[in-house]
Amino acid sequence: MNVLDFLTDGSHWHGTDGIPHRVLEQLYLTGMSMLIAVLLAVPLALTLGHLGRGGFIAVNTSNIGRAMPSLALLGIFSQVLPRGYDSAWPSIAALVALGVPPLVTNTYVGVREVDKDVVEAARGMGLSAGQVLRRVELPLALPLIMAGLRTSTTNVLATATLAALFAQGGLGRFIVDGQATSDEAQMFAGALLVAALALLVDALLALAARRVSPLVRSRRLTRRQAAELTFSA
Amino acid sequence: MVPLAAGAPVGSGGGFPGAGERVLANDSNSLIWWHYVRLHLDDIGTALGQHIRLTAIAVGVGLLVSVPLALLARRFPLLAGPILAVSGVLYTVPSIALLYLLGPLTGFTTLFTVETALVTYTLLILVRNILTGLDGVSDDVKEAARGMGYTDQAMLWRVEVPLALPSIMAGVRIATVTTIGLASLAALLAQGGLGDLILDGIGRRFSTPLMVGSVLVIALAVVADLLLLGVQKLVTPWSRVRRSA
Repeated sequence: MNVLDFLTDGSHWHGTDGIPHRVLEQLYLTGMSMLIAVLLAVPLALTLGHLGRGGFIAVNTSNIGRAMPSLALLGIFSQVLPRGYDSAWPSIAALVALGVPPLVTNTYVGVREVDKDVVEAARGMGLSAGQVLRRVELPLALPLIMAGLRTSTTNVLATATLAALFAQGGLGRFIVDGQATSDEAQMFAGALLVAALALLVDALLALAARRVSPLVRSRRLTRRQAAELTFSA
Repeated sequence: MVPLAAGAPVGSGGGFPGAGERVLANDSNSLIWWHYVRLHLDDIGTALGQHIRLTAIAVGVGLLVSVPLALLARRFPLLAGPILAVSGVLYTVPSIALLYLLGPLTGFTTLFTVETALVTYTLLILVRNILTGLDGVSDDVKEAARGMGYTDQAMLWRVEVPLALPSIMAGVRIATVTTIGLASLAALLAQGGLGDLILDGIGRRFSTPLMVGSVLVIALAVVADLLLLGVQKLVTPWSRVRRSA
């Protein structure tokens, strides 16, 4: 088997079964699932955290989530939902179910761990409950939310590979199709691409997490202010 | 009993035994056709047994390797950083990718490949939890043990490890449950397990084996977690006493 031949063969780099298209499919499955997961999990967990309700459930969903076997979940969703093999939506629904738990737990814990004195001070300054949530609790919880987003995305991106078993696209196609034709180079190339994409996305999210952290931002602000002061003087 | 024809390429019709009577999806409109399940109880049992064996070997070997690894990381703190960093990167590599990345080294359809991948994932969880548990033992306790004349070895096995047991057992539980999920992928490499039923169901567009396999994977994970929780309570009786006090 020769993976290099497979990866450097020009014909594998265009068309609907080419590497770029498969990468985009993988990113579409991951992105769409994560978008829905974030929209479902974050507002819910923010509210629960703000009210201090449902802590036991919120904290334990990630344990339940970890116990969810990904292939089994995809399998059940493909059968219970209509058009199991003809549409990407059953796979996306299963990926959403996998993506939600770490987001719920991290967002909830993030909000709960915001210093009570800070919240108190914000209330004292006349901020409404909604303003406290949006302007104080959310930014301070952001590092933990981003950590949850990373865990969740890594997991969902990995599992999106299995969607190929259910006749969907994505990088899993190379593995599944390679297996069907006993093409070891193709299987290995697929695995290599999945691993590389997972590490790349994780690294990008780590970078993004650092950028949105309020502490880093405020430090950069002061540096800019310092620069302005220097120049105006 | 006919052995499971494991790892038939997906889409080729799969190899669920009793092969003569190929059942098609439209024979039944329900998700699970119980008559089919009754006829194939043997094969379902075989798949379940294989799944349990795959998991038990992985967690067993994982424990055997992770204990010395964790002790090494503790003895030489310089190693702890790299060991945890490598674990972190490996953990980000999707399991299905790891299975196939090992292929050229250990064969694309061998039990060794599957177990190597499964053991790798248990190591990441177990080493971390053993280290966390051992680090959590309070210095006062260690001081007292030292004062009572415990040697390093005696202190490790009779004071530190017992006190770290809750964290270690938590690690074993997470590792076991995770491995049960990942072991479903063993069927892709022709190594059997409940994944065989799932792949067979996909291959024939037949929901019964797919649903039976999927539901059993989840049920097995829940049962294993509860059993290990029971074991955890048994080996750490003091935590029960403290709670009731």
